[in-house]
Amino acid sequence: MKFGEFIVSEAIVPELKAKDRDGVLRELVGSLVAAGSVPKGAADELVAALIKREKQGSTGFGKGVAVPHVKHAKIKKIVGTIGRSVEGVDFAALDHQPVYSVVLLLSPANQHEQHLQAMNIIFSSLQKDTFRKFLRQSATAQAIAELLDEADQGK
Amino acid sequence: MPTASRDVVISNKLGLHARPAMQFVELANQFSSRVQVQSLAGENVCADGKSIMQMMILAAVEGTPLRIVAEGPDAEPAVEKLAALINDKFGEE
Repeated sequence: MKFGEFIVSEAIVPELKAKDRDGVLRELVGSLVAAGSVPKGAADELVAALIKREKQGSTGFGKGVAVPHVKHAKIKKIVGTIGRSVEGVDFAALDHQPVYSVVLLLSPANQHEQHLQAMNIIFSSLQKDTFRKFLRQSATAQAIAELLDEADQGK
Repeated sequence: MPTASRDVVISNKLGLHARPAMQFVELANQFSSRVQVQSLAGENVCADGKSIMQMMILAAVEGTPLRIVAEGPDAEPAVEKLAALINDKFGEE
Protein backbone atom coordinates (compact mmCIF):
# COMPACT_ATOMS: atom_id res chain seq x y z
CA MET A 1 0.00 0.00 0.00
CA LYS A 2 1.06 3.62 -0.58
CA PHE A 3 0.16 6.98 1.01
CA GLY A 4 -1.47 7.93 -2.30
CA GLU A 5 -4.03 5.16 -1.85
CA PHE A 6 -5.58 6.59 1.31
CA ILE A 7 -4.30 10.10 2.08
CA VAL A 8 -6.70 12.65 0.57
CA SER A 9 -4.45 15.46 -0.69
CA GLU A 10 -7.32 17.98 -0.78
CA ALA A 11 -7.96 17.34 2.91
CA ILE A 12 -4.41 18.05 4.13
CA VAL A 13 -4.36 20.89 6.66
CA PRO A 14 -0.95 22.64 6.56
CA GLU A 15 -1.77 24.94 9.49
CA LEU A 16 -4.22 23.60 12.01
CA LYS A 17 -6.35 26.24 13.69
CA ALA A 18 -7.28 24.01 16.61
CA LYS A 19 -5.09 24.25 19.70
CA ASP A 20 -6.20 21.11 21.51
CA ARG A 21 -6.49 17.41 20.71
CA ASP A 22 -10.26 17.18 20.33
CA GLY A 23 -10.30 20.32 18.21
CA VAL A 24 -7.63 18.88 15.93
CA LEU A 25 -9.61 15.65 15.49
CA ARG A 26 -12.73 17.69 14.66
CA GLU A 27 -10.83 19.90 12.21
CA LEU A 28 -9.26 16.96 10.35
CA VAL A 29 -12.51 14.99 10.10
CA GLY A 30 -14.19 18.22 8.92
CA SER A 31 -11.53 18.59 6.26
CA LEU A 32 -12.22 15.05 5.00
CA VAL A 33 -15.94 15.87 4.91
CA ALA A 34 -15.26 19.07 2.94
CA ALA A 35 -13.18 17.05 0.47
CA GLY A 36 -16.11 14.68 0.00
CA SER A 37 -14.25 11.68 1.42
CA VAL A 38 -16.39 11.17 4.51
CA PRO A 39 -20.20 11.51 4.68
CA LYS A 40 -21.14 14.72 6.49
CA GLY A 41 -23.67 12.94 8.68
CA ALA A 42 -20.94 10.67 10.07
CA ALA A 43 -18.59 13.44 11.25
CA ASP A 44 -19.82 13.77 14.85
CA GLU A 45 -19.85 10.03 15.36
CA LEU A 46 -16.34 9.65 13.95
CA VAL A 47 -14.94 12.45 16.09
CA ALA A 48 -16.53 10.90 19.19
CA ALA A 49 -15.03 7.50 18.31
CA LEU A 50 -11.58 9.05 17.76
CA ILE A 51 -11.74 10.85 21.12
CA LYS A 52 -12.83 7.64 22.84
CA ARG A 53 -9.90 5.83 21.25
CA GLU A 54 -7.43 8.49 22.45
CA LYS A 55 -8.79 8.14 25.97
CA GLN A 56 -8.07 4.41 25.89
CA GLY A 57 -4.45 5.15 25.06
CA SER A 58 -2.83 8.11 23.36
CA THR A 59 -1.79 7.69 19.73
CA GLY A 60 0.84 10.34 20.38
CA PHE A 61 3.57 7.75 20.04
CA GLY A 62 6.40 10.23 20.66
CA LYS A 63 8.80 12.42 18.65
CA GLY A 64 6.13 15.00 17.85
CA VAL A 65 3.77 12.77 15.91
CA ALA A 66 0.31 11.36 16.56
CA VAL A 67 -1.67 8.85 14.52
CA PRO A 68 -5.30 9.02 15.71
CA HIS A 69 -7.27 6.24 14.06
CA VAL A 70 -10.52 4.35 14.28
CA LYS A 71 -12.36 1.59 12.48
CA HIS A 72 -15.95 2.51 11.85
CA ALA A 73 -18.99 1.07 10.08
CA LYS A 74 -19.72 4.44 8.41
CA ILE A 75 -16.38 4.26 6.58
CA LYS A 76 -16.57 2.25 3.36
CA LYS A 77 -13.09 2.94 1.99
CA ILE A 78 -9.94 3.62 4.00
CA VAL A 79 -9.14 7.36 4.09
CA GLY A 80 -6.72 9.59 5.89
CA THR A 81 -5.31 13.07 6.07
CA ILE A 82 -2.50 15.01 7.67
CA GLY A 83 -2.56 18.09 9.87
CA ARG A 84 0.38 20.24 10.86
CA SER A 85 0.48 22.34 14.00
CA VAL A 86 3.05 25.10 14.17
CA GLU A 87 2.75 25.63 17.92
CA GLY A 88 2.25 21.99 18.85
CA VAL A 89 -0.76 20.31 20.47
CA ASP A 90 -1.03 18.36 23.72
CA PHE A 91 -1.97 14.80 22.74
CA ALA A 92 -1.02 13.29 26.11
CA ALA A 93 1.86 11.78 24.13
CA LEU A 94 3.94 8.91 25.49
CA ASP A 95 7.00 11.16 25.75
CA HIS A 96 4.91 14.04 27.20
CA GLN A 97 6.02 16.30 24.33
CA PRO A 98 3.76 18.39 22.07
CA VAL A 99 2.59 16.96 18.75
CA TYR A 100 3.34 18.86 15.53
CA SER A 101 2.28 16.33 12.89
CA VAL A 102 -1.01 14.45 13.02
CA VAL A 103 -1.81 11.59 10.64
CA LEU A 104 -5.50 10.72 10.87
CA LEU A 105 -6.67 7.35 9.60
CA LEU A 106 -10.27 6.14 9.22
CA SER A 107 -10.76 2.49 8.30
CA PRO A 108 -13.80 0.35 7.51
CA ALA A 109 -14.90 -1.84 10.41
CA ASN A 110 -14.03 -5.17 8.85
CA GLN A 111 -10.79 -4.69 6.89
CA HIS A 112 -8.15 -5.40 9.52
CA GLU A 113 -5.39 -6.30 7.09
CA GLN A 114 -5.76 -3.11 5.07
CA HIS A 115 -5.73 -1.08 8.27
CA LEU A 116 -2.47 -2.71 9.37
CA GLN A 117 -0.93 -2.10 5.94
CA ALA A 118 -1.82 1.59 6.10
CA MET A 119 -0.29 1.78 9.59
CA ASN A 120 2.81 0.07 8.20
CA ILE A 121 3.19 2.79 5.53
CA ILE A 122 2.59 5.57 8.04
CA PHE A 123 5.10 4.30 10.60
CA SER A 124 7.72 3.28 8.04
CA SER A 125 7.99 6.97 7.20
CA LEU A 126 7.31 8.47 10.63
CA GLN A 127 10.15 6.58 12.25
CA LYS A 128 12.63 8.31 9.92
CA ASP A 129 14.12 11.45 11.45
CA THR A 130 14.35 13.21 8.07
CA PHE A 131 10.70 12.47 7.17
CA ARG A 132 9.46 13.84 10.51
CA LYS A 133 11.64 16.92 10.13
CA PHE A 134 10.45 17.66 6.57
CA LEU A 135 6.82 17.00 7.51
CA ARG A 136 7.06 19.48 10.35
CA GLN A 137 8.66 22.06 8.07
CA SER A 138 6.26 21.67 5.13
CA ALA A 139 4.16 24.83 5.25
CA THR A 140 1.75 24.09 2.40
CA ALA A 141 -0.57 21.22 1.52
CA GLN A 142 1.34 20.83 -1.73
CA ALA A 143 4.68 20.47 0.05
CA ILE A 144 3.20 17.79 2.32
CA ALA A 145 1.64 15.96 -0.66
CA GLU A 146 5.01 16.04 -2.45
CA LEU A 147 6.74 14.62 0.63
CA LEU A 148 4.24 11.74 0.64
CA ASP A 149 4.78 11.21 -3.10
CA GLU A 150 8.51 10.94 -2.55
CA ALA A 151 7.96 8.40 0.21
CA ASP A 152 5.68 6.42 -2.14
CA GLN A 153 8.43 6.41 -4.75
CA GLY A 154 10.91 5.16 -2.21
CA LYS A 155 13.08 8.29 -2.24
CA MET B 1 25.24 -12.51 27.26
CA PRO B 2 22.29 -14.92 27.53
CA THR B 3 19.94 -15.03 24.58
CA ALA B 4 16.53 -16.64 24.25
CA SER B 5 13.90 -16.85 21.56
CA ARG B 6 10.31 -18.00 21.08
CA ASP B 7 8.29 -18.51 17.92
CA VAL B 8 4.67 -17.43 18.19
CA VAL B 9 1.72 -16.83 15.90
CA ILE B 10 -0.52 -13.76 16.12
CA SER B 11 -3.89 -15.27 16.93
CA ASN B 12 -6.17 -12.37 17.84
CA LYS B 13 -8.67 -11.47 15.13
CA LEU B 14 -7.60 -7.83 14.70
CA GLY B 15 -3.90 -8.63 14.42
CA LEU B 16 -1.08 -6.60 15.94
CA HIS B 17 -2.81 -3.22 15.82
CA ALA B 18 -1.80 -0.20 17.88
CA ARG B 19 -3.18 -1.17 21.30
CA PRO B 20 -1.70 -4.69 21.47
CA ALA B 21 1.55 -3.40 19.99
CA MET B 22 1.61 -0.84 22.80
CA GLN B 23 0.99 -3.59 25.38
CA PHE B 24 3.90 -5.54 23.93
CA VAL B 25 6.24 -2.53 24.00
CA GLU B 26 5.27 -1.66 27.59
CA LEU B 27 5.99 -5.22 28.71
CA ALA B 28 9.25 -5.42 26.73
CA ASN B 29 10.44 -2.23 28.41
CA GLN B 30 10.11 -3.88 31.82
CA PHE B 31 13.12 -6.05 30.93
CA SER B 32 16.69 -4.90 30.60
CA SER B 33 17.37 -7.29 27.72
CA ARG B 34 17.34 -6.10 24.14
CA VAL B 35 14.15 -7.38 22.48
CA GLN B 36 13.75 -7.90 18.77
CA VAL B 37 10.72 -9.17 16.92
CA GLN B 38 11.09 -10.72 13.51
CA SER B 39 8.21 -11.42 11.16
CA LEU B 40 8.62 -14.88 9.67
CA ALA B 41 6.00 -14.16 7.01
CA GLY B 42 7.73 -13.51 3.71
CA GLU B 43 9.72 -10.32 3.99
CA ASN B 44 11.46 -11.09 7.31
CA VAL B 45 10.98 -7.61 8.72
CA CYS B 46 12.72 -7.09 12.06
CA ALA B 47 11.55 -4.58 14.68
CA ASP B 48 12.86 -3.29 17.98
CA GLY B 49 10.38 -4.76 20.46
CA LYS B 50 10.76 -1.71 22.69
CA SER B 51 9.71 0.80 20.02
CA ILE B 52 6.03 1.27 19.16
CA MET B 53 6.88 2.92 15.83
CA GLN B 54 8.93 -0.10 14.80
CA MET B 55 6.42 -2.66 16.05
CA MET B 56 3.70 -1.10 13.87
CA ILE B 57 5.85 -1.77 10.81
CA LEU B 58 5.42 -5.51 11.29
CA ALA B 59 1.78 -5.14 10.11
CA ALA B 60 1.18 -8.58 11.60
CA VAL B 61 -2.29 -9.82 10.74
CA GLU B 62 -3.95 -12.82 12.37
CA GLY B 63 -1.91 -15.90 11.51
CA THR B 64 1.45 -14.12 11.13
CA PRO B 65 4.35 -16.12 12.60
CA LEU B 66 6.77 -14.02 14.66
CA ARG B 67 10.09 -14.76 16.36
CA ILE B 68 10.80 -12.96 19.61
CA VAL B 69 14.51 -12.76 20.38
CA ALA B 70 15.91 -11.32 23.61
CA GLU B 71 19.51 -10.72 24.54
CA GLY B 72 20.53 -9.78 28.06
CA PRO B 73 20.48 -10.91 31.68
CA ASP B 74 16.67 -11.44 31.74
CA ALA B 75 16.35 -12.80 28.20
CA GLU B 76 14.54 -15.99 29.16
CA PRO B 77 11.77 -14.48 31.33
CA ALA B 78 11.40 -11.69 28.76
CA VAL B 79 10.62 -14.00 25.83
CA GLU B 80 8.45 -16.17 28.05
CA LYS B 81 6.25 -13.27 29.22
CA LEU B 82 6.10 -11.66 25.77
CA ALA B 83 5.15 -14.94 24.09
CA ALA B 84 2.44 -15.46 26.71
CA LEU B 85 1.00 -12.01 25.96
CA ILE B 86 0.69 -12.89 22.26
CA ASN B 87 -0.65 -16.38 22.98
CA ASP B 88 -3.27 -14.85 25.28
CA LYS B 89 -4.38 -12.73 22.29
CA PHE B 90 -3.66 -9.54 24.28
CA GLY B 91 -6.94 -10.15 26.08
CA GLU B 92 -8.86 -9.75 22.81
CA GLU B 93 -10.90 -12.18 20.72
